[in-house]
Amino acid sequence: MRKLFAPLLIVTAAMFVYAPVMIAQAPYESTMLLIQKIFYFHVPSWIAMYGAIFVCGIESAIFLFRRKPSAERVASAAAELAVLFGLFGLVTGPLWGRKAWGVWWQWDARLTTSLLLELIFVGYLLVRKYGGPGSDKLAAAIGIFGMANVPFVYKSVDIWRTVHPQTSVVPLLLTSAPGMAAPFAFCAVAFILLLVLLLALRVGLEHQRAALDQLYLAEE
Amino acid sequence: MFLKVALLVLKKDFAIELKSREILYTTLFFAVSCVLIFSIAFVREGAPLEDAAAGILWLAVFFAGTLALGRTFERERYGETLRALLLAPAPRPAIYVGKLLGIVFLLAVAELLLAPMVALLFNAALFSRPLLMAGLLVMGTIGFASVGTLFAAMLVRSRTRDVMLPILLYPMTVPVIIAGVLGTSALLQTPPNEAVATMWIALLGSWNVVFVTLALWTFEPLMTE
Amino acid sequence: MVKRPFVFLCLAIMTLAAPAFALQPPGGQTEFVPISQLPPAEQLPAAPLLVGAYAFVWLGLMVYMWSIWRRLGKVEADMRALERRGSKGSSVR
Repeated sequence: MRKLFAPLLIVTAAMFVYAPVMIAQAPYESTMLLIQKIFYFHVPSWIAMYGAIFVCGIESAIFLFRRKPSAERVASAAAELAVLFGLFGLVTGPLWGRKAWGVWWQWDARLTTSLLLELIFVGYLLVRKYGGPGSDKLAAAIGIFGMANVPFVYKSVDIWRTVHPQTSVVPLLLTSAPGMAAPFAFCAVAFILLLVLLLALRVGLEHQRAALDQLYLAEE
Repeated sequence: MFLKVALLVLKKDFAIELKSREILYTTLFFAVSCVLIFSIAFVREGAPLEDAAAGILWLAVFFAGTLALGRTFERERYGETLRALLLAPAPRPAIYVGKLLGIVFLLAVAELLLAPMVALLFNAALFSRPLLMAGLLVMGTIGFASVGTLFAAMLVRSRTRDVMLPILLYPMTVPVIIAGVLGTSALLQTPPNEAVATMWIALLGSWNVVFVTLALWTFEPLMTE
Repeated sequence: MVKRPFVFLCLAIMTLAAPAFALQPPGGQTEFVPISQLPPAEQLPAAPLLVGAYAFVWLGLMVYMWSIWRRLGKVEADMRALERRGSKGSSVR
């Protein structure tokens, strides 16, 4: 895995450098014009967040049921990344919505549940930091519950009539707006690679911390 | 065996509570003062907001529930009975179910007092469809209590348990409060919108199934050292 | 030494009085200016929002990577300090 790190870094950096070129060449959307171009970073941010949440949830379950300490390290790293990418989504979204809907925020189903998902994982980080004894297992439970919420968040926009675009927009990109599909797929892949990269970095940090703890314990 | 253990835990909590009634009275009084404070705080043109009845009812239930959860498990911690419960040769999820039923009953008693009070203070026709209203309250309380019991049990050993419980519980249970409030306001319309209320009850039911299943599944590994 | 409390007192009074100056009503309009179409400047410009969104993501990533770097540096410094202590202890024996 170590050997893949440098090529992954180069590929991700290259993709991010090239992304603005592709985004600039993408066609404008008919009603939203220029501001719709936030889409190429907004949706991939949420895709990366869902990915991080799934990693966190699955690793949390492994930690709770199989007691593998490495799983707990990956879970907490993934939770931190979920908060990061969620923050990106929650900031780019209102910046887009201010122009497209006229308001910074709306309490509709998608926005509310996405904010909650972010808060759940902020709670995860708070528990890990301030929870005291047994907090790693409680955090794992929160990770699992948080992951269970993701399908609700994703489907909320289809079940309830909201002002947010529905989930059919992205799958239909190939047929309805082919010029947008390529930059979107490019950015989505770039964000997923970025997630993997940052996860590797962050898990490395947790690994070093665990090694440090071992040294402290050996000293005593 | 499972049900017997759960009912035994419930009976134990009932017996303790019947002696002092401490948690019952304090929770009820807290819920009542919540409703009063909200009715004073939410005013429009000097009169209480009548549309706020649905929200205030559920907020009072949530806040009183958080308090009751904290107090119930504080009592376990103080008496060091939680370890005794866990050492008993009983399936752990049954202990969870017993505790859950205790909290649900406590909140049900609180709601029996709160719902008429809110209906009176806010002139809200909460009982025009009593079965649907009861269904909403039962489903919502189970949803809230299922997550709350799990988190409160886990937080028992934590230093910061008092502040951590709301921090963790409220984001997780916002779907419950959304469903509860929107369902209740549907019932408060003239004429009461039964279809919408039934939809929310069904949604709450499916959430409850997911949450209770997850809680039963994770209770055992969470409570072991 | 008498000067300091006096200066603080003056600053406090000025800060408390500042809202009184701010709360004065603005001067009234002297005349109305009709226009037939909203000038382009009044519509919400999209470019700053777009640039702001992308800049936030880039900056956020930079800040996060820097924070990982910093935390890693601290952990490695702790490890080196521990190893130094360990080697010192064994050399004393």
